[in-house]
Amino acid sequence: MSTLAEVPPVKHKREVIERAVIRFAGDSGDGMQITGSQFTNTVALYGNDIATFPDYPAEIRAPAGTIPGVSGFQLHFSSNEVYTPGDAIDVLIAMNPAALKVNVGDLKANGILIINSDSFKETDLRKAQMTSNPLEDHSLDKFRLFPVELQRLTRAALQHLGLDAKSMDRCKNFFALGMCYWLYNRSTEPTVRWIQEKFKSKPLLMEANRLALKGGYSYCEATEAFQISYEIPPAQLTPGLYRNVSGNQALALGFVTAAQKSGLSLFLGSYPITPASDILHELSQYKNFGVITFQAEDEIAAITSAIGASYSGALAITATSGPGMALKTEALGLAVATELPLVICDIQRGGPSTGLPTKTEQADLLQALFGRNSEAPIPVLAASTPGDCFWIALEASRIALKYMVPVIILSDGYLANGAEPWRIPKLEDISPIPVHFATDPNGFLPYKRDPQTLARPWALPGTPGLEHRIGGLEKQDGTGNVNYEPLNHENMVRIRAAKVEAIAQDIPNVLPEGDSEGDLLVVSWGSTAGSITAAIKAQRALGRKIGHLHLRHLNPLPSNVGEVLKRYKKVLVPELNMGQLLWVLRAKYLVDADGLNKIQGRPFKQAELEQKFEEMLGF
Amino acid sequence: MTTAVLPPLTKKDFQTDQEVRWCPGCGDYAILSAVQAVFPELGIKRENFVVVSGIGCSSRFPYYMNTYGFHSIHGRAPAVATGIKVARPELEVWVATGDGDALAIGGNHTIHMLRRNVGIKVLLFNNRIYGLTKGQYSPTSEFHKMTKSTPYGSPDRPFNPVSLAIGAESTFVARSVDVFQAHLKDTLKHAAAHKGSAFIEILQNCNIFNDGAWFSITEKDARSEHVLQLEHGKPLVFGKNRDKGIRRKPDGDIEVVPLGNGVTETDLVVHDAHHPRPSYAFLLSHMEHRAGFPTPIGVFRAWDDLPRYEDVMKEQINEVIAKRGPGDLGKLLRAGDTWEVK
Repeated sequence: MSTLAEVPPVKHKREVIERAVIRFAGDSGDGMQITGSQFTNTVALYGNDIATFPDYPAEIRAPAGTIPGVSGFQLHFSSNEVYTPGDAIDVLIAMNPAALKVNVGDLKANGILIINSDSFKETDLRKAQMTSNPLEDHSLDKFRLFPVELQRLTRAALQHLGLDAKSMDRCKNFFALGMCYWLYNRSTEPTVRWIQEKFKSKPLLMEANRLALKGGYSYCEATEAFQISYEIPPAQLTPGLYRNVSGNQALALGFVTAAQKSGLSLFLGSYPITPASDILHELSQYKNFGVITFQAEDEIAAITSAIGASYSGALAITATSGPGMALKTEALGLAVATELPLVICDIQRGGPSTGLPTKTEQADLLQALFGRNSEAPIPVLAASTPGDCFWIALEASRIALKYMVPVIILSDGYLANGAEPWRIPKLEDISPIPVHFATDPNGFLPYKRDPQTLARPWALPGTPGLEHRIGGLEKQDGTGNVNYEPLNHENMVRIRAAKVEAIAQDIPNVLPEGDSEGDLLVVSWGSTAGSITAAIKAQRALGRKIGHLHLRHLNPLPSNVGEVLKRYKKVLVPELNMGQLLWVLRAKYLVDADGLNKIQGRPFKQAELEQKFEEMLGF
Repeated sequence: MTTAVLPPLTKKDFQTDQEVRWCPGCGDYAILSAVQAVFPELGIKRENFVVVSGIGCSSRFPYYMNTYGFHSIHGRAPAVATGIKVARPELEVWVATGDGDALAIGGNHTIHMLRRNVGIKVLLFNNRIYGLTKGQYSPTSEFHKMTKSTPYGSPDRPFNPVSLAIGAESTFVARSVDVFQAHLKDTLKHAAAHKGSAFIEILQNCNIFNDGAWFSITEKDARSEHVLQLEHGKPLVFGKNRDKGIRRKPDGDIEVVPLGNGVTETDLVVHDAHHPRPSYAFLLSHMEHRAGFPTPIGVFRAWDDLPRYEDVMKEQINEVIAKRGPGDLGKLLRAGDTWEVK
């Protein structure tokens, strides 16, 4: 089954290009996410740098062919660095009229538009609320339009297998994928391997999908449909061994690593919620690492079980999204009061309430910082790329265990589902996480503090002579005995705050990227890192003096942030919310910073950012 | 080094230096005393006990037990305890909770802990009132009960905690009474011997906000007329002169019959606490709602053939390790398709 024979003879034109953005769009039943992931995996394996943007509806199957049912997967791949999934797209694959309608606005003029022409009958058009057929009304004239009878061609490729029509039609996404492989000169082999693994218990479907894939490839070969194919050479990434990783996968791997590096067993208490559930799915596969995954009855039990596990000596974590965070609030306060190590992952999505379950947003920052009753400070970290989620999981675990505190990690739907090439670290390069359990009854007090970190001892049940009680009631420092005295309470509130502040001693000073002083400082956090980096690079190439400060630690902030803010004439804080970090920076540093705020459930486009930079710089 | 033989534990070993702050005359004192008396007899090291509670009068319990203790948040004790027990199955985990804590705000955790059969012992102090918030009706308060929050009577129908626990298929369900010290200790020991989830409803008097809630059961003269003491393998007999019993009706229901006139103990239901199915125990749990029926106390159900949750979890981990070998982190990070950039 060698694919070598398939490399097209260079009879048609082949153009070497630097980058391309491709979007697969169809009905949520059309398998667009799988198609996109397969294409991603193939180009990543080849060595391109990539960024992806899966965008799918909250409904599992909205009525077929309608606008709400459209599912998309966008991939930006390049022989150079890739920071974003791309603003405008070069190639759009639209499986039906609704997918075309939703996505065609992002296609560049003269872009390649591959359309499944079998699904443009009158009924299909009506479902997408289209009054005329775009294949006939010249509305697509500015694109390079390739109407392909995907359904008929797929059926033709599979007719000898004896499958029913419905099963054959379900393979048409692989026919389209095969066409895209031809278009970008990529081998079908990695996807064939995937098909063989995925359908190993269903040989007929295995063969059907394989034939559809090959059929799409051969179709382009035989018909010279495109006349041109493209070649995007491998990117020059930092040397090392790479794999593809999504943010949720990386978090899971980070926690397994943190458990091994600390010598603790990992406990995840979790309740299914989009877009965090994949962390539970990932970790539940790692039972041979001793990982305990507890699918709790609700969000509250998810975190309180983790608190129980932490109390008894596990590296305890819980993962959720905004609505789940809201439910966990009281328990977060308990973790603060009992001073137990715990990591809480909030994979943000659009809100309030149920909001936009599958769309990204960064609007839980203030909730993470302040969303509890009374004074309950919690360290907050935010991951900036899918691969960074691995390092953030390690960093959060390290802080939680060293300072005996709960730590919140903010990720979001974009990072959680988006993928990028990830340089696999060498285990020996990751330093151990020291953990000390109290064992000596001599002078033991449950709230006796380490003078440097202010951490209290971790005394596990089962340790003779250290029997003690903890809880949510205010307690006397040292003894931990229940205590309601006014001055003791104030002292305890201040100690808990000082303990979180003390973490700043472990956070290196930040160094802005780009210009270290100048006209504009762009401050960002979380998943906007990529698009902001790309926008600043482009603007600096025009000679503009811009610095970029991207924060991974949001509480406490790195010690020199205030000083860095003063080095620029203007400060801009772009966020996918109404201005939450902006609010914090203005309050804390009295800086007259400006915001760029987008609340559409989608990431920033590079162009939007550049436009705002130029506006602020007076261009 | 010589190994010192540790003196056996005593009740005193389980008392803390903290001043007990329940109202004088509260039934909780009796429960605390019984638990402190039973723990040393269980052959478990003191450091292996963990007492977990939620919020409410009963939930102050851990502060008075010289063991590991966790006073958590309202209703969540079963979830905290589940985390402890799953992470460290060798620990002996007991939950102290109340009717509001376990059945109102924490009802969800209670039933899920029981259906999973986590090896945790739950002591539900049922005084049919909210004490710590000063006298509102609880999920076990009687229909029409006048309380501070129901001046015209409670519109709620109460939960029967024993029925609820059996409905959640708890593998051990019992009931005892704060002032029946011998019975209470005995019931605690039964629970301690049970491997899976054990649920004990303890009828407890709140002498401030709901005094005499269990008067008909605890009052000396009435007691034997109103209480049916369940004993495995013994017929269901009650009454001052042991002159009444519970008999099966042809339709499967039960009835109260006077003994004599040809009716003997051999005609009565013989208590079978070990029955694998919960329906018989459920039938027993309902009798107190019926006119002329007594309130059963003792062990309703003790069926210990179901594997404990934490053991199932552990076993699964062991099975996967046996099948796939212990996790190799380096390999895990390199899993799937990888490529080398030079």
